[in-house]
Amino acid sequence: MKIVERVRAVLGRDAVLEDHGPPDGVPRVAPSSPDAVALLLGTAREEGWRIRVEGAGTWMPADAPADLALTTRRLDRIPAIEPQDLAATAEAGIGCDQLRQQLADHGTWLAFDPPGLAGRTLGSIVATATAGPLRHGFGSVRDHVVGVTFVTGDGRVIQSGGRVMKNVAGYELTKLQTGGFGAFGVVVLVHLRLRALPRADQTLVLEGSREDLSRVADDVYAAGLTLASVELLSPPLARRERWSLAVRIAGSAALVAAEEAGLRAATGSPFTTLRAEEAHLFWMRAAEAFATRAVSFRVGGLPDSSEDLLDLIQHQVGDEWVSASPGVGTLRWAGDTTVERLRRLRRALAALEVPLTLERAPWSIRRAVGHFGAYREGAGPLIAGLRQTFDPGNALAVAVESDDDDG
Amino acid sequence: MPERNSGGVDPAIAAALTHIVGPPHVRTTKAERATYSKDGLTVHQRMPGIVVLPGTRDEVIAVVRLLAAHGVAFVPRGAGTGLSGGALAHDDAVLLVLTRLNRILEIDPKSRRAIVEPGVVNAKLSAAAAPHGLLYAPDPSSQSACTLGGNVAENAGGPHCLKYGVTANHVLALEVVLADGQVVQLGSPAGEPWGPDLVGLFVGSEGNFGVVTRITVRLIPVSQAVRTLLADFGSVRTAGAAVSALIASGIVPAAIEMMDQSCIGAVEDSIYAAGYPRDAAAVLLVELDGRADASVAAETESVETLLKSHGARSVKTAVDPRERERLWLGRKKAFGAMGRVSRDLAVQDAVVPRSRLPDVLEAIGGIARSYGLTVSNVFHAGDGNLHPNISFDGRVPGLRARVDAASGEMMAACIAAGGTITGEHGIGLDKLRYMPLIFDPDSLAAMLAVRRVFDPLERVNPGKVIPVHACREWNGAIKTRSALQ
Repeated sequence: MKIVERVRAVLGRDAVLEDHGPPDGVPRVAPSSPDAVALLLGTAREEGWRIRVEGAGTWMPADAPADLALTTRRLDRIPAIEPQDLAATAEAGIGCDQLRQQLADHGTWLAFDPPGLAGRTLGSIVATATAGPLRHGFGSVRDHVVGVTFVTGDGRVIQSGGRVMKNVAGYELTKLQTGGFGAFGVVVLVHLRLRALPRADQTLVLEGSREDLSRVADDVYAAGLTLASVELLSPPLARRERWSLAVRIAGSAALVAAEEAGLRAATGSPFTTLRAEEAHLFWMRAAEAFATRAVSFRVGGLPDSSEDLLDLIQHQVGDEWVSASPGVGTLRWAGDTTVERLRRLRRALAALEVPLTLERAPWSIRRAVGHFGAYREGAGPLIAGLRQTFDPGNALAVAVESDDDDG
Repeated sequence: MPERNSGGVDPAIAAALTHIVGPPHVRTTKAERATYSKDGLTVHQRMPGIVVLPGTRDEVIAVVRLLAAHGVAFVPRGAGTGLSGGALAHDDAVLLVLTRLNRILEIDPKSRRAIVEPGVVNAKLSAAAAPHGLLYAPDPSSQSACTLGGNVAENAGGPHCLKYGVTANHVLALEVVLADGQVVQLGSPAGEPWGPDLVGLFVGSEGNFGVVTRITVRLIPVSQAVRTLLADFGSVRTAGAAVSALIASGIVPAAIEMMDQSCIGAVEDSIYAAGYPRDAAAVLLVELDGRADASVAAETESVETLLKSHGARSVKTAVDPRERERLWLGRKKAFGAMGRVSRDLAVQDAVVPRSRLPDVLEAIGGIARSYGLTVSNVFHAGDGNLHPNISFDGRVPGLRARVDAASGEMMAACIAAGGTITGEHGIGLDKLRYMPLIFDPDSLAAMLAVRRVFDPLERVNPGKVIPVHACREWNGAIKTRSALQ
């Protein structure tokens, strides 16, 4: 029996979106419930199919070699928004723009701003742990996810964490799934920690040379201000002539006023305050720009290392499309590059104890370089064991390791 | 000379351990071992076979490799302040006490990081960071005694975790020794995972995945402006509703703690008397902090108004650091103060959605009354993290069974409200029986499988966290056996 016929027999006719979907002509299947995902993956295990997991198709290229593409786009419900508890539960296929709108209607806010288009799915963001500039004030993706339900590569439905804000019952499988790039299963349901919509939200921008702005960023960090974002953006990302240091302050009106005054006092710099609409466009365009390049990666250094890392990256792969959080030490790069250059950069960073995570690239690069590259000594067998636990048939087409020992 | 033995562990192991760590650091007499037979939750007791206290990382590695070579089970332990019976060892196992690894290896004020050994006492790290204007945020009530290694094992919380997050939010990298003695580095000093987030997976694994020998943590700036409020309420329900309103308001206090009348009485009768109003049905301790005094003052005013409009009879602000410290001491020592109420205390830990606090507190009160028990509530209200504590005398025949039954009903009430069975104390031995109430057999089996990736023979802290009989794997084995018979 052909794959599409078997899938239709198991999940019903409507489950198959495309018999021969682009770009490689494999069937694209859209299960409409977590149980249907489990049924599909269980069937795949029996049949020996290799599965590529997709969201809205706006971030990771849909090009991993597979027998079948599983898209989460029909898992787009929001079972619960609880403003009194500042908690929500959403299915993995919901677009972040829709989720944000519905949360805002309830006076709540999901305090992360990942790179990519506004319609990127929640599952994609969780699986890749791609945090944006708000990481400075509100933490990375894992800090907003209090529980997940996921389906293993062989079709078991596993719960981890819960809906409440603190939870130490059982092992933290949620952390394994967040940033696991789908290597340990398919996330189908996410329990989220929310914040109240900030009463005031201000963005201030300073333009200048990268070196000068890095010094200002150091002053901002040393002042210990309560800021939502402190981001250094390259000119094309900010759509400006020179580099930009963008500071976002979000919270009560009193907090925003006090911290803006603190920012100006600590730096003595002529930051320009953006109007609300300008600020929205500024951050949105910077986020979207990362989806326009073929490759993006992130590196995580110490808070005081951003300038050195920028120098290294500029030397190895250029710094045209770069965004850095100097207070956190995280840096995101986008552009066009080669496997060799990425390997060389990863080796140079590894010598500094700085990991490079490949976030987005064509399959040929993902396969060669891996999202994570080579692991540190002793970790490889653990990760292999965890993959075997959650995907015993190696059904999920994910390239987490490099295809050689590239450090 | 006291008689030396080693419980159910081969005496040759004791000799070999002595060779590694030196004679003073291997405890084998019954009296010595009895010291380590309980943790902070004294309703559980187990006598370890041998107690060993290595003093260096290399000694830990050597001890673990020795035990691996002989297939001996072991249990890592910090200061023993845990509240789940998690750090107890049977007499056929070795208790690996890490309190001698108590060095702060590095504080880097510029990058706001510290590297510590696992036996460093929580509060000592903040004390060491204070000259740099920094602190370590997670502050469990036992912070003057508990160790950071124990905090990692339990993913410890504390009052100020409402704003600053729990241990998992502050641990960036770990050096761990696996069950077979292999040393693995997890995470990176900057916090970006080196591959999947194995640090996140390890934190809170209750010692089942290995022994931590080095911890890199994030430090945060000490708040320059702090306001502490004490609000008193005529009913627990009203206080619970005020918490819910405060959370929904969008203001994020550093802490929101609640104590009920029974707890207030115990504190006020003790040396930790803080001036809490004895006639209040409940008090809320709310702390706001930040860098700028103006914004903290403005938020304090908003909180005061909100609390009053939600039924607070009065709201008092601590006038100076001394009064603030006194208000907090009463809260942090409340568990100790309950020792005055009765001989034994069953400390509970559960979490509910914050909007359900009023209903759940009422349900807990009703359950206690139906069993004729005294329950005191002191807890992290802002997180919905409840600690209903049952005072009782374990010598009274039948009373312990009633306490167990009432505890079970309280957990069931929390689960029914959408909550969970532990927010910071862990599963250990104490909560094993509740795990099947919140996880299905497949999820429990998946956790067991993960544990076996780190420790295939389940020799590290055996019998904790996962109730093996509830896993589908175990159920499947039973069915298979039945079919064969």
